Amino acid sequence: MFGTYLFRELTNRRKQTAIIAIGMALTIALVIIVNGVSAGVSAAQAKVLESVYGVGTDITVSQQPTGPTEGGAAGGPPSFDFGSGDGSTADGSTQLSQARLTTGPGSATFADTALATVQGVDNVSSATATLSLTNINFSGEIPDFQAGGGGLPTDGTAPPTGGADGAGGSSFDIESITVTGIDVTGDAVGPLTAVSLTDGRSFDAGDVGTNVVVLDSSYATTAELGVGDTLGLGGEDFEVIGIVASTSSDASSTNTYIPLDTAQRLAGLDGQISTVYVQAASSTDISQIQSDIETVLPDAAVKTQADLASSVSGSLSTASSLVSSLGTWLSVIVLAAAFLISILFTIAGVTRRTREFGTLKAVGWSNGAVVRQVAGESLVQGAIGGVIGVAVGLLGILVINMIGPVLSGSATTSTFPGGGAAPGGGTGGFPGGGGGGPFGQQAAAATTDIVLQIPVTATIILVAVGLAILGGLLAGAIGGWRAARLRPAEALRSVA
Amino acid sequence: MYELINVTKSYDAKRGQITALSEVTLTIPDGQMVAIQGPTGGGKSTLLQMLGALERPTSGTVALGADVLSSMPDSKLAGIRAKEIGFVFQGFNLIPTLTAQENVETALAPLGIPSAQRRARANAALVSVGLGERTGHRPAELSGGQQQRVAIARALVKEPDVLLADEPTGNLDEQTRDEIMDLLEGLWRDQGLTLIVVTHDSAVAKRAQRRLTIKQGKVTEKS
Ligand SMILES: Nc1ncnc2c1ncn2[C@@H]1O[C@H](COP(=O)(O)OP(=O)(O)OP(=O)(O)O)[C@@H](O)[C@H]1O
Ligand SMILES: [Mg+2]
Repeated sequence: MFGTYLFRELTNRRKQTAIIAIGMALTIALVIIVNGVSAGVSAAQAKVLESVYGVGTDITVSQQPTGPTEGGAAGGPPSFDFGSGDGSTADGSTQLSQARLTTGPGSATFADTALATVQGVDNVSSATATLSLTNINFSGEIPDFQAGGGGLPTDGTAPPTGGADGAGGSSFDIESITVTGIDVTGDAVGPLTAVSLTDGRSFDAGDVGTNVVVLDSSYATTAELGVGDTLGLGGEDFEVIGIVASTSSDASSTNTYIPLDTAQRLAGLDGQISTVYVQAASSTDISQIQSDIETVLPDAAVKTQADLASSVSGSLSTASSLVSSLGTWLSVIVLAAAFLISILFTIAGVTRRTREFGTLKAVGWSNGAVVRQVAGESLVQGAIGGVIGVAVGLLGILVINMIGPVLSGSATTSTFPGGGAAPGGGTGGFPGGGGGGPFGQQAAAATTDIVLQIPVTATIILVAVGLAILGGLLAGAIGGWRAARLRPAEALRSVA
Repeated sequence: MYELINVTKSYDAKRGQITALSEVTLTIPDGQMVAIQGPTGGGKSTLLQMLGALERPTSGTVALGADVLSSMPDSKLAGIRAKEIGFVFQGFNLIPTLTAQENVETALAPLGIPSAQRRARANAALVSVGLGERTGHRPAELSGGQQQRVAIARALVKEPDVLLADEPTGNLDEQTRDEIMDLLEGLWRDQGLTLIVVTHDSAVAKRAQRRLTIKQGKVTEKS
C-alpha cells in the first residue's frame, strides 16, 4: 500500500512533485558545481605550490629570521670586501671582480640537527633539508678618484653612491644566481620532485661533496650552458651534470641545484640548512605533525600546504576566494531556500490533505503509517531532485571543463619573511643593488597558468544526493509531525 | 454491544466551554439499526466520534463489547477502528489519487493482509456494491453515488462489527439516496452488523429500528 499510494501521489500531483524536485535539483546542481570549482581551484593551487615546493611536500620548516643581521654567518646580505689592493688598476680606473655564495638577504639558516629532530616526529614519512643560497658575481670598474677611500659601502644595506649612470662614473655588473643545496641521496620529497630531467643525469649518492650542478632548463637556456659545461659558483668550478625542466610552465623556483654539503662548505655554513621539507604519512596527520614540530623547534616557522596556499596570488587566488566566500554563501542560501520550499510545500500539502489523513486514521491507519507516507513522499521528491541535480551539475561541470577557463597563479614566498629562506621566490629585492645591476628579472616568483579542470568525485555526488535526501527527510519530518498531530475525527469535518 | 454511561464531551472554545455531549447514557445492542437525528450543532457527529473510537469523552465511559474505548490510548483505538468499525462519510472521503480498488484496500492495509488477498477482497467488496466494472477508476471519474458505494465497500471490506455513517446521503439526490440506503440496509441485514446512521432526512430515519434524537448534547428516544 505504501508504495502504491506513494507512486499515485507523486504521479497524480505532478506539479507539487515537480516544484519540490526542481527546486532541490537546482540547488544540488549549484552545490556540485560550486564544490567542483572549489576543488578544481584548490587543485590548481596545489599545482602552483607543487611547482615551487615539490610534490608530496606537506609541511615546510624554516627559521623565523631574527631581524636584519649585519652580514653575520647566519645569513644576511652578501658583502663584498674589496681591499685597496684588490683588482687591477689601469687607465685611471680599478677593475674589480668577486664571486660570493651566500644566503639570501634577511634569510636565516639553522642547524641541520633540526632535520633529525623533524624525522623523529611521529607520522613523518620522510623529510629532507635544503640550503637556499644566492651566488653573486660582482664585477665592476671604479674610477680612481674614489679609490683612496679603500672600499665601497660594504654592508650591503646602503646602495653604492655611484652607478653606471651615476655621478661617480663607475660601472658594475652584478649577476645573481639562485642555488639550492639539496640532499643528493634522497629525493622522496623536496624541490627536485617538482621537476623532470630533460638532459644528463640527476644526482646520486656518489655526488656527495663534489662540485657538480644540475641546472634549471630556463636558466640553462639563458646562460647558454649544457651538460658537460662548467659553471662558476662561489669562486669554484662546477660541472653541469644534468638539466631539469620545472613542471610549471615558466619560471622555476631556483636556477641551480648542487649537493647540500658542497653548498654548506662554499657558503661557510657547515651544518646549516634553510628549509626542511616534510612529507606526512597521511594527510590526516598534518596538523599533528605541525604542532609537534612547533613544540620541538619553537623558533621554526612551520608551514603547511594550507598555509602555503595563502601565498598563491593571481587570478587563481581571486577565483579561490570568490569560490570560497561567494560560492559557499550562495550554496548555503540556495540550499536553505530549497529546504524551506520543500518544507513549506509539504506542510501545505498536509494541511490540504487534512481530511484525507483523518480518514486514513479513521479507517485504522496508525500514526506511524501516516507519518511514513508523508515522509516517504518528501524523501522521494528530494531524491528525484537530487538525481536530476546531479545530472545538471555534472553537465555544468562538463561545460566548464570544455570551456576550460585559464587561471594564473604565482606562489610568492610572502609567507616566508626571510625571502630567500624558501627556494620558491627567487631572490627578491637585493639591497645592494641600487647601483644599477640588472636585478629585475631575478625577482622571479613561479607564475603558472593553469586550465581549470573540475574534478568529479564520487564523494561530491554522494554528498549532493545526501543533501537532497536530507532536505527530503527534513521536510518529511516536519510534514510527518504535522500529520501525526491530526485527529482522526478530522474525517468527520463537514465538507465546505 | 455499545454501552455509554454518563458520557460528556466538551470543547474549550474562545467563548467558554462548549458541551457537545452532556451526560449521555445509552445502550445499543449488537445488530441493531439506529438512526440519529437532531438539529445542526446538536452533537450528532460528536456522538458518532465516541461510538467510532475517534475521540475519548471528557468524562463517562464508552464500551464496545469488552473494550472500554474511553480509557484506551490512541494506538489501541486505531487498532479497534481498523478491525471492528467501518465509517461512511457525507463527503465520501476517498483518496483522490487512488483508484476505487486502492481506496478499498486502504482499509485492509492496517490489518497486515498480504497484497494478493487484499486485492481479491477489495475487488469482491466492490462487486458487492455493484462497482465490479469500475475498480480502476479514480474518484473524480465516478458519480457521487458511485463514490459513496466505493466508500461503503471500503467500510465493509474488513467485515466490521459496526458500521457508522454520518449523513451518508447528504450529498446525494433522492434517487441515489434511496439506492444507497437500500444497499446499506441490505448489507446490514445480510451481515448482521450494527448500523448507526446520522441523518436529518426522515425518509432515511424511518428505515431504522430505533430512532434517537440529540439536541444540545442530550439524547432522547423517539418511538
Ligand atoms: N473540535 C471541536 N472544537 C470545538 N467545538 C466543537 C468541535 N467539534 C464540535 N464542536 C462543537 O460541538 C457541538 C456539536 O457539534 P457536532 O459536530 O457534533 O454537531 P452535529 O450535530 O453533527 O451538527 P451538523 O448537523 O451540523 O453536523 C457544536 O456546537 C460544535 O460547534
Ligand atoms: Mg455533524
